[in-house]
Formats: sequence, structure tokens, C-alpha cells
Amino acid sequence: MNHPAHHGSHWLTAHALAVFAFLYLPIVILILYSFNGQGVGGFPPRDLTLNWYRILFNDGPIWDSVVNSLLVAAAAMVIALLFGIPAALALDRANFPGKALFRRLVLLPLILPGIITGLSLLMLFRVTEVKLSLVTIILGHGTALISVATTEVFAGLQKLNRAQEEASLDLGATYWQTFWRITVPNLKLSIIGAALLIFTLSLDEIAVSFFLIGRDNTLPLEIWGRLRRGITPEINAISTIIFMFSLIAIVFWYRLRTRAEVTPELVAELVEPAGNR
Amino acid sequence: MFSRAYRTAITVPPLVWVAVFLLVPYLLMFCYSFWSVSESGTIVHSWNLENYKELFAKPVYWQTLLRSMWIAARVMFFSMLLGYPLAYFLSFHAGARKDLYYQLVIIPLWVSYLVRAYAWKTILGTDGVLNTLLQYVHLTSHPLDFLLYSPFAVVLTLTHIYTPFTFLPIYASLEHIPRNLVEASHDLGATPAQTFWRVIFPLSIPGVLAGATFAFVLSLGDFLAPLLLGGPSGIMISNIVVSLFGAAYNWPLGAAISLCMLALVLALIFFSERLEKKWSFQ
Repeated sequence: MNHPAHHGSHWLTAHALAVFAFLYLPIVILILYSFNGQGVGGFPPRDLTLNWYRILFNDGPIWDSVVNSLLVAAAAMVIALLFGIPAALALDRANFPGKALFRRLVLLPLILPGIITGLSLLMLFRVTEVKLSLVTIILGHGTALISVATTEVFAGLQKLNRAQEEASLDLGATYWQTFWRITVPNLKLSIIGAALLIFTLSLDEIAVSFFLIGRDNTLPLEIWGRLRRGITPEINAISTIIFMFSLIAIVFWYRLRTRAEVTPELVAELVEPAGNR
Repeated sequence: MFSRAYRTAITVPPLVWVAVFLLVPYLLMFCYSFWSVSESGTIVHSWNLENYKELFAKPVYWQTLLRSMWIAARVMFFSMLLGYPLAYFLSFHAGARKDLYYQLVIIPLWVSYLVRAYAWKTILGTDGVLNTLLQYVHLTSHPLDFLLYSPFAVVLTLTHIYTPFTFLPIYASLEHIPRNLVEASHDLGATPAQTFWRVIFPLSIPGVLAGATFAFVLSLGDFLAPLLLGGPSGIMISNIVVSLFGAAYNWPLGAAISLCMLALVLALIFFSERLEKKWSFQ
């Protein structure tokens, strides 16, 4: 039941439209100019062509970096879930000394600038004399993204029906059995949603990767390297493709979450892990 | 309900991982900040306060930090300006399409940072879309210089990136407001403006604080936008750190600056949370 003041409501709608335009226009322009024959700038766009996409598909190093990114994302996803799910369970149902500190630490990478996460890990690898490579990037992403897994699964746990777990235990199932047959299936949507989000975030990650990179590039870092050398619409083309995949992934993720009946508060929790709320 | 073994199994692995890959690295950064680098380029583990003295002595560090905070403050301000009314619109005026609009807002949120920063770089350049458009319609006769390689470009790009981030917690807190409170206010004769300032806005303050902190903190530590779009006048504190870990090779000094940044960020988060709790009407 709203009682909007009519004047106010018009301004509000106009403002909302303006913000949406601000958010989407640069991306639309980017996509448009990936077809522009004349380069990334200039107006109006002309000589529309698929040439840049053709060059892109023949660009070896880019596709090598795509493969690297996919590998890193898959491995990071495994790590983040492997440690994030127990972390969520631990925060939900165990008490131990240092629990508050633990929660803080786990969620810290979400709000800290990537440079701090990246550099601190770099120092770790330097001191332990671990060579920088895709493995160090995987460790970096995995660590930073545990927070995503923990937040999503924790939110899912709040919706979980404890009675089911209790009933299972009462009926004689072991903790292990209860975990696999009751807990995990109920968390299915949260876990899949977390996995999807972690995978997507890892693919796009650049701030932490910047410091942990060895000889092999991930896609964002490969693009970054190109940007230093000179800009061509080929970068627009790969950016367009990245955008399309992100779009599909996010819409899919959102549908999953709506099915899991997660409220906007819990989505905000994802980016605002600010203590008790 | 849960056995010791179960609770140990779910606690120990993440605890160990977090200790090794989060706690230890921060401690290492702490240690590094007290070391120094020798002339031959190796890191000497002698404990001293030289790095911190240098930070306070040389004005370039202070100036850059202040400039970074000013940029972060502007990003915070503008993303609030854009994000709050948008959140309010979605929460109170969007009706049936609320869900769709919400998806539309979070989509840019998860599209690659690099893609969006790159888009602005191509738009703002002297031969970029914006300048050529303005000249094409004869609004200007020559390219505007300040659009790119300036703090303006950094603020603009970061605002673009962090507006959805500020939107989220504000929207969440607005959604949390019981609608019967709003109705009651109207029934008691308040104008929509009064209802907003006296009922809605105060209840949304925790969300505002969370969003503001997020935008400020992340902008403060950003180094990618300044590298791509900032030019010499748009250098931020993280860029100095990046070069200290790169060409300028002084890890200890870089660690000292990072530690200061970490301390500053943690302090901001801490105070923001205290304020949020104070303003939370639960």
C-alpha cells in the first residue's frame, strides 16, 4: 500500500530510469562498438563488421587464458565449497574459542580491497618459497571466496528444518548419514547458488590475481596486458562475450535463489557481512 | 544434538585453512612492515621503524592518502545519491515489477570490473565516444581533456561500479520496514515527505551506513581504475603500494602502507558497525 505523492513519484521514476541508463549505457556502447569497423571510439559507429570477432576467435593466447580461467574457477569453487560449507555449519551449530575472530576472518576478504588479500598471500608465498603460478591464484581465489560459500550456506541453514535432522538422528542414523541424506539435500539450492556465484566471480577476478600470477594468465589478466599495449575493438568483442556469460549466470543464479525463497536481506548479507544483524 | 566428533569435523578444517591463508598472511604483512630492503635488492629481516618514519616524513604518502580518501568520499556520496532513490523506488513504487528491476540492478554488479572500467576508458578518451558525440552535435568544438586520465574519470568509473553495491543493503533495509508503520504514519496525517524523513529514512540508516562503508572502503583501496583511467593526477595510495611491490621494489615499505590501509579500513568498518547497531531498531 503506497501513498506516493504524485510529483515525487514522477521524479523518482525519472531518477530510477537515469540510474539504469547510467549503469547500462557504457555496456551497451561497449557491445555496439565491438561491431564498429573504425575502432573503439568515434561517433557515430559505422562500417559494422564481425571482423573483430573473427580476429578474436583466431587469437590463441586469449583462448589459452580462457582455459586457464576455467580451470582456476573450477578449482577455486571446489576449495571454497570444501571449506565454506563446514565453516557455515560450524558458525551455525558449534561453539569454540575464537569463533568471533573466525567469523570475522572468513568474511573479511569480501569487504577488504583485493590488494590487501592479494599482497598478504603474496608475502606468504614468498616466505614459503612457493613459486607463483595458477596454483597460487587458485589458492587466492579459493580463500577469498570461502566467504561467499559460507554466507550463502549459512543463510540456507537458517531456513533448514532442524526437526528433520533431529528425527534422522533419533531414528538411528549416524551424523555422517544425516549429513549426506538430510542436511546436504536441503542445502542443495544454496550450494548450487554459491557454486555458480563463486565460479563467476573467480572468472572475473583481477585484483587478487594481479599479485599471484605466474607465467600463465587468466582471462582478465590477459586482457589487462593487452590494454597496456593498445586498445582494439577485439577487446570489446571479448568483453561482450564475458558480459553475455555473466548475464546468463546471474539470471540463472537469481532464479535458483528465488526458488530457495531467500529474501533480499540475505542477498545483502552476501555483500554486507557486517557483524550481527 | 551434535557429537564432539561432528563438531570437530566441521570446525577444524576451515579453521586451519583460514589460519594458514588469512591469519598468517596478515601477520606476515605485519612483520614485513618492520623489515627493510638492502641496496642489493634483498629483503633484510632487521626489525626497525624506518618504514613508518618514512611514511610520516615524506609528504607524498600523506598527500596521496588524502587524495584517495577524497576520491573515495566522492564515490561514496555519488553512489548514495544514485543508489538510495533507486532503492526507494524499487521498494515502495515498483509494484509487480520489483523483481525484474532488482535483477536489472544486480546484473551490472556481477559483470566484470575490468569490462566496465574498460568501457568507460573507451568512452571518455579524446577520440572516445563521448567526445566525438559532443563534437558531432556541435556542443563542443574540441575534445574535453579532463574526461579521461583525471580524478574525475576515476570517481565516475568507481561510482558506476559501486552504485549497485550501495543499493543492495539500502534496499534490504527498506524492504525490512513494516509497511503498517508507513500506513500508520499516513493515517495519522503525516505528509509523504514527513513520513519519509521521520519513519522511513531513520529505519534505513543501517543499510545506508553499510553501503556507504562498503563504497568508501573499496574505492579507497582500488588500484585498477586509477591505473586505467587516473593518469598522473589520479594516482591513489594503492598504486604506490603496487609499484613498491613491482618496479620500485620495496616490499617492507609497501607492507607498511598496506598495514596502515588495513588498520584504517578495519577502524572504519568497526565504527560503522557500532553506528549501525545504534541505529538498528530491533
